[in-house]
Amino acid sequence: MTRWFALHGIALSRAVKRLTHTPLGTLLSVLVVAIALVLPALGYVLADSVARLAQGLSGQPEISLFMEVGADKAKVAAVERALRSDKGVTGLRYVPRDEALKQLASGSGLGDVTRALGENPLPDAFIITPHSDAPAEFTRLAESFRKLPGVAHVQLDTEWVQRLAALVSLVHSAVGALAGLLGAALVIVTFNTIRLQILTQRHEIGVSLLLGATQQWVRRPFLWFGALQGALGGLAAWGLLIGILALMQGPATRLAESYGIPLELGGPDLLGVAALIGFASLLGWLGAALSVRRHLHAAGERGDS
Amino acid sequence: MIQFDNVSKRYPGGYEALIGINLRIERGELVVLRGHSGAGKSTLLKLLPVLERPTSGRVLINAQDVSRLPAGAIPYLRRSLGLVTQDSRLLYDRNVLDNVMLPLILADMPARDAKARVRAALERVGLAQHERSMPISLSGGEQQRVAIARAIVNRPTMLIADEPTANLDAAYAQDIAALFRDYNEAGVTMIIATHDERLFADRAPRRIELSKGRLVSA
Repeated sequence: MTRWFALHGIALSRAVKRLTHTPLGTLLSVLVVAIALVLPALGYVLADSVARLAQGLSGQPEISLFMEVGADKAKVAAVERALRSDKGVTGLRYVPRDEALKQLASGSGLGDVTRALGENPLPDAFIITPHSDAPAEFTRLAESFRKLPGVAHVQLDTEWVQRLAALVSLVHSAVGALAGLLGAALVIVTFNTIRLQILTQRHEIGVSLLLGATQQWVRRPFLWFGALQGALGGLAAWGLLIGILALMQGPATRLAESYGIPLELGGPDLLGVAALIGFASLLGWLGAALSVRRHLHAAGERGDS
Repeated sequence: MIQFDNVSKRYPGGYEALIGINLRIERGELVVLRGHSGAGKSTLLKLLPVLERPTSGRVLINAQDVSRLPAGAIPYLRRSLGLVTQDSRLLYDRNVLDNVMLPLILADMPARDAKARVRAALERVGLAQHERSMPISLSGGEQQRVAIARAIVNRPTMLIADEPTANLDAAYAQDIAALFRDYNEAGVTMIIATHDERLFADRAPRRIELSKGRLVSA
Protein backbone atom coordinates (compact mmCIF):
# COMPACT_ATOMS: atom_id res chain seq x y z
CA MET A 1 0.00 0.00 0.00
CA THR A 2 2.90 2.36 0.83
CA ARG A 3 4.39 1.59 -2.60
CA TRP A 4 1.03 2.31 -4.22
CA PHE A 5 0.92 5.74 -2.55
CA ALA A 6 4.56 6.38 -3.47
CA LEU A 7 3.93 5.57 -7.14
CA HIS A 8 0.89 7.85 -7.21
CA GLY A 9 2.93 10.53 -5.42
CA ILE A 10 5.54 10.37 -8.19
CA ALA A 11 2.82 10.43 -10.88
CA LEU A 12 1.12 13.40 -9.19
CA SER A 13 4.36 15.37 -9.02
CA ARG A 14 5.00 14.63 -12.73
CA ALA A 15 1.46 15.80 -13.54
CA VAL A 16 1.98 19.03 -11.56
CA LYS A 17 5.25 19.61 -13.43
CA ARG A 18 3.46 19.19 -16.75
CA LEU A 19 0.70 21.58 -15.65
CA THR A 20 3.19 24.25 -14.57
CA HIS A 21 5.49 23.67 -17.53
CA THR A 22 3.05 25.42 -19.89
CA PRO A 23 1.19 27.90 -17.66
CA LEU A 24 -0.64 29.70 -20.45
CA GLY A 25 -1.88 26.50 -22.06
CA THR A 26 -2.95 25.20 -18.65
CA LEU A 27 -4.75 28.46 -17.86
CA LEU A 28 -6.66 28.35 -21.15
CA SER A 29 -7.66 24.72 -20.69
CA VAL A 30 -8.76 25.39 -17.10
CA LEU A 31 -10.84 28.36 -18.28
CA VAL A 32 -12.52 26.25 -20.98
CA VAL A 33 -13.38 23.65 -18.35
CA ALA A 34 -14.59 26.38 -15.96
CA ILE A 35 -16.87 27.95 -18.57
CA ALA A 36 -18.27 24.55 -19.49
CA LEU A 37 -19.06 23.97 -15.81
CA VAL A 38 -20.29 27.40 -14.80
CA LEU A 39 -23.26 27.45 -17.19
CA PRO A 40 -25.10 24.43 -15.75
CA ALA A 41 -23.93 25.35 -12.23
CA LEU A 42 -25.44 28.83 -12.61
CA GLY A 43 -28.67 27.39 -14.01
CA TYR A 44 -28.85 24.97 -11.11
CA VAL A 45 -28.22 27.67 -8.50
CA LEU A 46 -30.86 29.99 -10.01
CA ALA A 47 -33.45 27.21 -10.26
CA ASP A 48 -32.62 26.16 -6.71
CA SER A 49 -33.03 29.74 -5.41
CA VAL A 50 -36.43 30.03 -7.07
CA ALA A 51 -37.44 26.63 -5.73
CA ARG A 52 -36.47 27.64 -2.18
CA LEU A 53 -38.36 30.90 -2.66
CA ALA A 54 -41.48 29.04 -3.79
CA GLN A 55 -41.19 26.66 -0.87
CA GLY A 56 -40.89 29.58 1.57
CA LEU A 57 -43.82 31.45 0.09
CA SER A 58 -46.19 28.56 0.01
CA GLY A 59 -45.96 27.89 3.75
CA GLN A 60 -48.88 25.78 4.93
CA PRO A 61 -51.05 25.14 1.88
CA GLU A 62 -54.59 26.49 2.19
CA ILE A 63 -57.94 26.50 0.38
CA SER A 64 -60.06 29.65 0.23
CA LEU A 65 -63.82 29.14 0.06
CA PHE A 66 -66.00 32.12 -0.91
CA MET A 67 -69.74 32.17 -0.22
CA GLU A 68 -72.25 33.74 -2.59
CA VAL A 69 -72.53 37.48 -2.02
CA GLY A 70 -75.47 37.96 0.26
CA ALA A 71 -75.60 34.34 1.47
CA ASP A 72 -77.64 34.27 4.68
CA LYS A 73 -76.25 33.29 8.05
CA ALA A 74 -78.01 29.92 7.96
CA LYS A 75 -76.19 28.92 4.76
CA VAL A 76 -72.88 30.14 6.17
CA ALA A 77 -73.46 28.17 9.39
CA ALA A 78 -74.37 25.05 7.36
CA VAL A 79 -71.19 25.31 5.32
CA GLU A 80 -69.13 25.84 8.51
CA ARG A 81 -70.65 22.69 10.06
CA ALA A 82 -69.95 20.72 6.89
CA LEU A 83 -66.34 21.88 6.85
CA ARG A 84 -65.76 21.15 10.54
CA SER A 85 -67.14 17.65 10.16
CA ASP A 86 -64.85 16.89 7.18
CA LYS A 87 -61.96 14.68 8.33
CA GLY A 88 -59.78 16.16 5.60
CA VAL A 89 -59.88 19.57 7.29
CA THR A 90 -57.40 20.28 10.05
CA GLY A 91 -57.88 24.05 10.43
CA LEU A 92 -60.68 26.45 9.66
CA ARG A 93 -60.90 30.22 9.89
CA TYR A 94 -64.07 32.16 9.12
CA VAL A 95 -63.56 35.59 7.54
CA PRO A 96 -66.80 37.63 7.63
CA ARG A 97 -67.35 39.93 4.68
CA ASP A 98 -67.07 43.07 6.86
CA GLU A 99 -63.68 41.97 8.16
CA ALA A 100 -62.54 41.15 4.63
CA LEU A 101 -63.46 44.67 3.53
CA LYS A 102 -61.50 46.15 6.44
CA GLN A 103 -58.48 44.03 5.54
CA LEU A 104 -58.76 45.14 1.94
CA ALA A 105 -58.96 48.78 2.93
CA SER A 106 -56.01 48.67 5.34
CA GLY A 107 -53.76 46.16 3.63
CA SER A 108 -53.93 47.28 0.02
CA GLY A 109 -54.04 51.05 0.24
CA LEU A 110 -57.50 51.02 -1.36
CA GLY A 111 -59.19 52.66 1.62
CA ASP A 112 -60.60 55.53 -0.43
CA VAL A 113 -61.98 53.16 -3.04
CA THR A 114 -63.66 50.92 -0.49
CA ARG A 115 -65.17 53.93 1.26
CA ALA A 116 -66.55 55.15 -2.06
CA LEU A 117 -68.40 51.87 -2.58
CA GLY A 118 -72.03 52.06 -1.69
CA GLU A 119 -72.12 48.61 -0.20
CA ASN A 120 -69.65 45.77 0.65
CA PRO A 121 -69.08 43.73 -2.54
CA LEU A 122 -67.11 41.00 -0.76
CA PRO A 123 -68.55 37.62 0.26
CA ASP A 124 -68.11 35.75 3.55
CA ALA A 125 -65.14 33.39 3.28
CA PHE A 126 -63.47 30.44 4.95
CA ILE A 127 -59.72 29.79 4.97
CA ILE A 128 -59.29 26.02 5.21
CA THR A 129 -56.11 24.16 6.14
CA PRO A 130 -56.33 20.60 4.79
CA HIS A 131 -55.01 17.65 6.78
CA SER A 132 -52.82 16.53 3.87
CA ASP A 133 -50.88 18.71 1.44
CA ALA A 134 -50.99 16.10 -1.31
CA PRO A 135 -52.21 17.72 -4.55
CA ALA A 136 -54.75 14.93 -5.12
CA GLU A 137 -56.26 15.44 -1.67
CA PHE A 138 -56.42 19.21 -2.30
CA THR A 139 -58.30 18.65 -5.52
CA ARG A 140 -60.69 16.16 -3.87
CA LEU A 141 -61.50 18.60 -1.04
CA ALA A 142 -61.98 21.52 -3.43
CA GLU A 143 -64.40 19.49 -5.55
CA SER A 144 -66.45 18.44 -2.52
CA PHE A 145 -66.54 22.03 -1.14
CA ARG A 146 -67.79 23.39 -4.48
CA LYS A 147 -70.92 21.23 -4.13
CA LEU A 148 -71.92 22.76 -0.77
CA PRO A 149 -75.02 24.99 -1.01
CA GLY A 150 -74.26 28.74 -1.07
CA VAL A 151 -70.60 28.29 -2.10
CA ALA A 152 -69.68 30.54 -5.02
CA HIS A 153 -65.99 29.84 -5.52
CA VAL A 154 -63.23 27.60 -4.16
CA GLN A 155 -59.64 28.63 -4.69
CA LEU A 156 -56.50 26.58 -4.15
CA ASP A 157 -54.02 29.11 -2.73
CA THR A 158 -51.06 26.96 -3.73
CA GLU A 159 -51.90 26.64 -7.40
CA TRP A 160 -49.40 29.23 -8.54
CA VAL A 161 -46.74 27.78 -6.28
CA GLN A 162 -47.36 24.36 -7.78
CA ARG A 163 -47.06 25.83 -11.25
CA LEU A 164 -43.82 27.52 -10.23
CA ALA A 165 -42.54 24.24 -8.78
CA ALA A 166 -43.38 22.52 -12.07
CA LEU A 167 -41.51 25.25 -13.92
CA VAL A 168 -38.51 24.89 -11.60
CA SER A 169 -38.61 21.14 -12.16
CA LEU A 170 -38.57 21.77 -15.90
CA VAL A 171 -35.61 24.13 -15.52
CA HIS A 172 -33.83 21.50 -13.41
CA SER A 173 -34.32 18.95 -16.19
CA ALA A 174 -33.01 21.41 -18.78
CA VAL A 175 -30.02 22.20 -16.56
CA GLY A 176 -29.39 18.45 -16.17
CA ALA A 177 -29.38 18.01 -19.95
CA LEU A 178 -27.10 21.04 -20.34
CA ALA A 179 -24.77 19.66 -17.66
CA GLY A 180 -24.65 16.35 -19.53
CA LEU A 181 -23.75 18.07 -22.80
CA LEU A 182 -21.15 20.37 -21.27
CA GLY A 183 -19.79 17.47 -19.20
CA ALA A 184 -19.24 15.61 -22.46
CA ALA A 185 -17.53 18.75 -23.80
CA LEU A 186 -15.24 18.73 -20.76
CA VAL A 187 -14.34 15.09 -21.40
CA ILE A 188 -13.59 15.93 -25.04
CA VAL A 189 -11.43 18.94 -24.07
CA THR A 190 -9.40 16.78 -21.68
CA PHE A 191 -9.21 13.98 -24.25
CA ASN A 192 -7.69 16.38 -26.75
CA THR A 193 -5.31 17.99 -24.25
CA ILE A 194 -3.97 14.58 -23.27
CA ARG A 195 -3.73 13.53 -26.92
CA LEU A 196 -1.51 16.54 -27.61
CA GLN A 197 0.54 15.80 -24.51
CA ILE A 198 1.07 12.21 -25.58
CA LEU A 199 2.16 13.42 -29.02
CA THR A 200 4.66 15.90 -27.56
CA GLN A 201 5.98 13.32 -25.11
CA ARG A 202 6.12 10.39 -27.50
CA HIS A 203 9.89 10.22 -27.24
CA GLU A 204 9.88 10.14 -23.43
CA ILE A 205 7.09 7.56 -23.41
CA GLY A 206 8.94 5.40 -25.93
CA VAL A 207 12.22 5.59 -23.99
CA SER A 208 10.46 4.81 -20.70
CA LEU A 209 8.72 1.75 -22.18
CA LEU A 210 12.02 0.63 -23.70
CA LEU A 211 13.68 0.81 -20.29
CA GLY A 212 10.97 -1.19 -18.56
CA ALA A 213 8.23 1.27 -17.65
CA THR A 214 4.86 -0.39 -17.14
CA GLN A 215 1.77 0.90 -18.93
CA GLN A 216 0.47 2.04 -15.55
CA TRP A 217 3.65 4.05 -14.95
CA VAL A 218 3.13 5.87 -18.24
CA ARG A 219 -0.62 6.32 -17.77
CA ARG A 220 -0.73 7.56 -14.18
CA PRO A 221 0.66 11.09 -14.74
CA PHE A 222 -1.80 11.65 -17.60
CA LEU A 223 -4.71 10.50 -15.43
CA TRP A 224 -3.59 12.79 -12.62
CA PHE A 225 -3.16 15.59 -15.15
CA GLY A 226 -6.75 15.16 -16.35
CA ALA A 227 -8.09 14.99 -12.80
CA LEU A 228 -6.06 18.02 -11.67
CA GLN A 229 -7.06 20.07 -14.72
CA GLY A 230 -10.69 19.16 -14.05
CA ALA A 231 -10.38 20.06 -10.36
CA LEU A 232 -8.77 23.41 -11.19
CA GLY A 233 -11.54 24.00 -13.73
CA GLY A 234 -14.12 23.21 -11.03
CA LEU A 235 -12.43 25.62 -8.65
CA ALA A 236 -12.34 28.34 -11.31
CA ALA A 237 -16.01 27.63 -12.13
CA TRP A 238 -16.88 28.17 -8.47
CA GLY A 239 -15.03 31.51 -8.51
CA LEU A 240 -16.83 32.55 -11.70
CA LEU A 241 -20.15 31.45 -10.22
CA ILE A 242 -19.62 33.54 -7.09
CA GLY A 243 -18.70 36.54 -9.25
CA ILE A 244 -21.71 36.18 -11.55
CA LEU A 245 -24.11 35.73 -8.61
CA ALA A 246 -22.66 38.83 -6.92
CA LEU A 247 -23.31 40.78 -10.12
CA MET A 248 -26.85 39.42 -10.42
CA GLN A 249 -27.82 39.75 -6.76
CA GLY A 250 -28.61 43.51 -6.85
CA PRO A 251 -30.82 43.60 -9.95
CA ALA A 252 -32.52 40.29 -9.02
CA THR A 253 -33.32 41.52 -5.51
CA ARG A 254 -34.76 44.79 -6.82
CA LEU A 255 -36.91 42.92 -9.35
CA ALA A 256 -38.17 40.48 -6.71
CA GLU A 257 -38.85 43.24 -4.19
CA SER A 258 -41.01 45.06 -6.72
CA TYR A 259 -43.31 42.02 -6.46
CA GLY A 260 -42.99 41.98 -2.67
CA ILE A 261 -40.88 38.81 -2.77
CA PRO A 262 -37.64 38.43 -0.77
CA LEU A 263 -35.04 36.80 -3.01
CA GLU A 264 -31.54 35.63 -2.02
CA LEU A 265 -29.32 34.19 -4.78
CA GLY A 266 -27.29 31.76 -2.69
CA GLY A 267 -24.15 30.17 -4.16
CA PRO A 268 -23.40 26.49 -3.58
CA ASP A 269 -22.60 25.42 -0.01
CA LEU A 270 -19.41 23.60 0.94
CA LEU A 271 -20.86 20.26 -0.12
CA GLY A 272 -21.96 21.79 -3.43
CA VAL A 273 -18.48 23.20 -4.08
CA ALA A 274 -16.92 19.83 -3.24
CA ALA A 275 -19.39 18.13 -5.58
CA LEU A 276 -18.59 20.61 -8.37
CA ILE A 277 -14.84 20.12 -8.03
CA GLY A 278 -15.18 16.36 -7.59
CA PHE A 279 -17.45 16.05 -10.62
CA ALA A 280 -15.08 18.14 -12.76
CA SER A 281 -12.13 16.10 -11.54
CA LEU A 282 -13.91 12.85 -12.34
CA LEU A 283 -14.77 14.02 -15.86
CA GLY A 284 -11.16 15.17 -16.37
CA TRP A 285 -9.93 11.78 -15.24
CA LEU A 286 -12.41 10.08 -17.60
CA GLY A 287 -11.29 12.19 -20.58
CA ALA A 288 -7.66 11.44 -19.78
CA ALA A 289 -8.35 7.71 -19.34
CA LEU A 290 -10.10 7.51 -22.72
CA SER A 291 -7.33 9.46 -24.43
CA VAL A 292 -4.54 7.44 -22.84
CA ARG A 293 -6.31 4.20 -23.72
CA ARG A 294 -6.73 5.34 -27.31
CA HIS A 295 -3.33 6.91 -27.93
CA LEU A 296 -0.96 4.85 -25.81
CA HIS A 297 -2.32 1.67 -27.33
CA ALA A 298 -0.26 2.40 -30.42
CA ALA A 299 2.94 2.54 -28.37
CA GLY A 300 1.70 -0.53 -26.49
CA GLU A 301 4.34 -3.03 -25.61
CA ARG A 302 6.69 -1.88 -28.36
CA GLY A 303 8.20 1.02 -26.47
CA ASP A 304 10.03 2.15 -29.57
CA SER A 305 7.79 5.01 -30.65
CA MET B 1 21.42 -18.60 -22.20
CA ILE B 2 19.54 -17.43 -25.30
CA GLN B 3 17.92 -19.76 -27.80
CA PHE B 4 16.13 -19.05 -31.06
CA ASP B 5 14.05 -22.05 -32.15
CA ASN B 6 13.06 -21.92 -35.82
CA VAL B 7 12.18 -18.22 -35.50
CA SER B 8 10.56 -16.36 -38.38
CA LYS B 9 9.29 -12.83 -38.50
CA ARG B 10 7.03 -11.45 -41.19
CA TYR B 11 5.98 -7.80 -40.97
CA PRO B 12 2.54 -6.56 -42.03
CA GLY B 13 2.73 -6.15 -45.77
CA GLY B 14 4.49 -9.47 -46.18
CA TYR B 15 8.17 -8.51 -45.74
CA GLU B 16 10.03 -11.48 -44.25
CA ALA B 17 12.71 -10.11 -41.94
CA LEU B 18 13.74 -13.44 -40.41
CA ILE B 19 13.33 -16.95 -41.81
CA GLY B 20 13.80 -20.11 -39.74
CA ILE B 21 16.50 -18.88 -37.37
CA ASN B 22 18.01 -21.52 -35.08
CA LEU B 23 20.62 -20.08 -32.73
CA ARG B 24 22.02 -20.60 -29.25
CA ILE B 25 24.09 -18.05 -27.33
CA GLU B 26 25.72 -19.05 -24.06
CA ARG B 27 26.05 -16.94 -20.93
CA GLY B 28 29.04 -14.58 -21.03
CA GLU B 29 29.54 -14.76 -24.81
CA LEU B 30 30.54 -11.76 -26.89
CA VAL B 31 28.56 -12.02 -30.11
CA VAL B 32 28.94 -9.75 -33.09
CA LEU B 33 25.96 -9.80 -35.43
CA ARG B 34 26.90 -9.01 -39.01
CA GLY B 35 24.99 -8.50 -42.21
CA HIS B 36 24.08 -5.91 -44.78
CA SER B 37 21.29 -3.40 -44.19
CA GLY B 38 17.95 -5.21 -44.14
CA ALA B 39 19.59 -8.56 -43.31
CA GLY B 40 17.45 -8.87 -40.17
CA LYS B 41 19.98 -7.91 -37.45
CA SER B 42 17.77 -5.27 -35.79
CA THR B 43 14.69 -7.49 -35.96
CA LEU B 44 16.60 -10.33 -34.31
CA LEU B 45 17.71 -8.03 -31.50
CA LYS B 46 14.20 -6.61 -31.09
CA LEU B 47 12.84 -10.07 -30.34
CA LEU B 48 14.86 -10.30 -27.11
CA PRO B 49 13.24 -7.38 -25.21
CA VAL B 50 9.95 -8.17 -27.00
CA LEU B 51 9.95 -4.97 -29.02
CA GLU B 52 8.71 -7.37 -31.68
CA ARG B 53 7.26 -10.87 -31.43
CA PRO B 54 8.12 -13.66 -33.88
CA THR B 55 5.52 -14.76 -36.39
CA SER B 56 6.52 -18.36 -35.63
CA GLY B 57 9.07 -20.16 -33.49
CA ARG B 58 10.27 -19.52 -29.96
CA VAL B 59 12.75 -17.15 -28.34
CA LEU B 60 14.00 -18.39 -24.99
CA ILE B 61 16.01 -16.45 -22.42
CA ASN B 62 17.17 -18.63 -19.55
CA ALA B 63 14.64 -21.26 -20.67
CA GLN B 64 11.72 -18.80 -20.55
CA ASP B 65 9.82 -18.34 -23.82
CA VAL B 66 9.75 -14.55 -24.03
CA SER B 67 7.94 -14.57 -27.38
CA ARG B 68 4.75 -15.56 -25.55
CA LEU B 69 5.30 -13.35 -22.54
CA PRO B 70 2.11 -11.55 -21.47
CA ALA B 71 2.21 -7.77 -21.99
CA GLY B 72 2.23 -7.11 -18.23
CA ALA B 73 5.45 -9.09 -17.77
CA ILE B 74 7.43 -7.41 -20.57
CA PRO B 75 8.55 -4.35 -18.55
CA TYR B 76 10.13 -6.63 -15.95
CA LEU B 77 12.02 -8.53 -18.68
CA ARG B 78 13.27 -5.25 -20.16
CA ARG B 79 14.55 -4.12 -16.77
CA SER B 80 16.76 -7.19 -16.67
CA LEU B 81 18.36 -6.37 -20.02
CA GLY B 82 20.66 -3.55 -21.05
CA LEU B 83 19.61 -1.96 -24.34
CA VAL B 84 21.73 0.39 -26.44
CA THR B 85 20.41 1.70 -29.74
CA GLN B 86 22.03 3.44 -32.67
CA ASP B 87 20.80 6.84 -31.56
CA SER B 88 21.35 7.34 -27.86
CA ARG B 89 17.63 7.94 -27.14
CA LEU B 90 18.33 10.24 -24.23
CA LEU B 91 15.76 12.62 -22.77
CA TYR B 92 17.08 16.03 -23.74
CA ASP B 93 15.10 17.97 -21.14
CA ARG B 94 16.84 16.09 -18.30
CA ASN B 95 20.42 16.13 -17.21
CA VAL B 96 22.81 13.19 -17.45
CA LEU B 97 22.15 12.05 -13.87
CA ASP B 98 18.37 11.97 -14.39
CA ASN B 99 18.73 10.14 -17.70
CA VAL B 100 20.88 7.42 -16.23
CA MET B 101 18.69 7.18 -13.15
CA LEU B 102 15.51 6.53 -15.15
CA PRO B 103 15.78 2.69 -15.19
CA LEU B 104 16.35 2.70 -11.43
CA ILE B 105 13.31 4.92 -10.83
CA LEU B 106 11.28 2.54 -12.99
CA ALA B 107 12.62 -0.32 -10.88
CA ASP B 108 11.44 1.58 -7.79
CA MET B 109 14.90 1.94 -6.22
CA PRO B 110 15.23 4.45 -3.35
CA ALA B 111 16.71 7.76 -4.56
CA ARG B 112 19.86 7.60 -2.40
CA ASP B 113 20.83 4.11 -3.59
CA ALA B 114 19.92 5.04 -7.15
CA LYS B 115 22.22 8.09 -7.13
CA ALA B 116 25.11 6.00 -5.86
CA ARG B 117 24.52 3.47 -8.64
CA VAL B 118 24.28 6.22 -11.26
CA ARG B 119 27.54 7.79 -10.12
CA ALA B 120 29.27 4.42 -10.28
CA ALA B 121 27.93 3.85 -13.80
CA LEU B 122 29.01 7.32 -14.94
CA GLU B 123 32.44 6.73 -13.40
CA ARG B 124 32.64 3.52 -15.41
CA VAL B 125 31.96 5.31 -18.71
CA GLY B 126 34.23 8.21 -17.81
CA LEU B 127 31.52 10.85 -17.42
CA ALA B 128 31.50 11.35 -13.65
CA GLN B 129 32.16 15.06 -14.05
CA HIS B 130 29.20 15.49 -16.40
CA GLU B 131 26.33 14.33 -14.19
CA ARG B 132 24.73 17.79 -14.12
CA SER B 133 25.30 18.43 -17.83
CA MET B 134 22.44 18.43 -20.27
CA PRO B 135 22.83 15.83 -23.05
CA ILE B 136 22.74 18.49 -25.76
CA SER B 137 26.00 19.95 -24.40
CA LEU B 138 27.80 16.60 -24.86
CA SER B 139 29.45 15.20 -27.98
CA GLY B 140 27.92 12.28 -29.89
CA GLY B 141 30.37 9.85 -28.30
CA GLU B 142 29.65 11.18 -24.81
CA GLN B 143 25.92 10.91 -25.39
CA GLN B 144 26.33 7.31 -26.45
CA ARG B 145 28.38 6.67 -23.31
CA VAL B 146 25.53 8.14 -21.25
CA ALA B 147 23.21 5.70 -23.03
CA ILE B 148 25.59 2.85 -22.13
CA ALA B 149 25.70 4.02 -18.50
CA ARG B 150 21.89 3.95 -18.54
CA ALA B 151 21.93 0.44 -20.01
CA ILE B 152 24.33 -0.94 -17.38
CA VAL B 153 23.06 0.93 -14.32
CA ASN B 154 20.59 -1.88 -13.57
CA ARG B 155 23.53 -4.34 -13.67
CA PRO B 156 22.05 -6.49 -16.44
CA THR B 157 23.44 -9.92 -17.24
CA MET B 158 22.89 -9.31 -20.93
CA LEU B 159 23.60 -6.22 -23.02
CA ILE B 160 22.03 -5.82 -26.46
CA ALA B 161 23.42 -3.12 -28.71
CA ASP B 162 22.15 -2.24 -32.17
CA GLU B 163 24.79 -0.36 -34.18
CA PRO B 164 26.02 1.51 -31.08
CA THR B 165 28.94 3.12 -32.94
CA ALA B 166 27.28 3.83 -36.27
CA ASN B 167 27.05 7.58 -35.74
CA LEU B 168 30.44 8.03 -34.12
CA ASP B 169 33.85 8.81 -35.51
CA ALA B 170 36.64 6.22 -35.21
CA ALA B 171 38.11 7.46 -31.91
CA TYR B 172 34.74 7.55 -30.12
CA ALA B 173 33.82 4.17 -31.62
CA GLN B 174 37.01 2.66 -30.16
CA ASP B 175 36.09 4.08 -26.71
CA ILE B 176 32.64 2.51 -26.86
CA ALA B 177 34.03 -0.82 -28.08
CA ALA B 178 36.53 -0.82 -25.21
CA LEU B 179 33.69 -0.28 -22.75
CA PHE B 180 31.76 -3.20 -24.18
CA ARG B 181 34.83 -5.43 -24.02
CA ASP B 182 35.26 -4.51 -20.35
CA TYR B 183 31.68 -5.50 -19.56
CA ASN B 184 32.03 -8.76 -21.42
CA GLU B 185 35.18 -9.54 -19.42
CA ALA B 186 33.10 -8.94 -16.30
CA GLY B 187 30.76 -11.76 -17.40
CA VAL B 188 28.00 -9.83 -19.16
CA THR B 189 26.60 -11.53 -22.28
CA MET B 190 26.98 -9.08 -25.16
CA ILE B 191 25.11 -9.18 -28.46
CA ILE B 192 26.17 -6.37 -30.72
CA ALA B 193 24.91 -5.67 -34.21
CA THR B 194 27.57 -3.74 -36.08
CA HIS B 195 28.97 -3.13 -39.53
CA ASP B 196 32.45 -2.69 -38.06
CA GLU B 197 33.49 -5.97 -36.44
CA ARG B 198 37.13 -4.85 -36.32
CA LEU B 199 36.20 -2.91 -33.18
CA PHE B 200 36.00 -6.19 -31.28
CA ALA B 201 38.65 -8.15 -33.20
CA ASP B 202 41.06 -8.30 -30.24
CA ARG B 203 38.51 -10.26 -28.17
CA ALA B 204 37.89 -12.79 -30.95
CA PRO B 205 34.14 -12.57 -30.66
CA ARG B 206 31.74 -15.11 -32.01
CA ARG B 207 30.53 -13.89 -35.38
CA ILE B 208 26.97 -14.49 -36.52
CA GLU B 209 26.04 -13.43 -40.01
CA LEU B 210 22.61 -12.85 -41.42
CA SER B 211 21.62 -12.36 -45.04
CA LYS B 212 18.12 -11.64 -46.27
CA GLY B 213 16.68 -12.87 -43.00
CA ARG B 214 18.52 -16.20 -42.99
CA LEU B 215 21.40 -17.31 -40.79
CA VAL B 216 24.50 -17.60 -42.99
CA SER B 217 27.07 -18.42 -40.33
CA ALA B 218 26.89 -18.83 -36.59
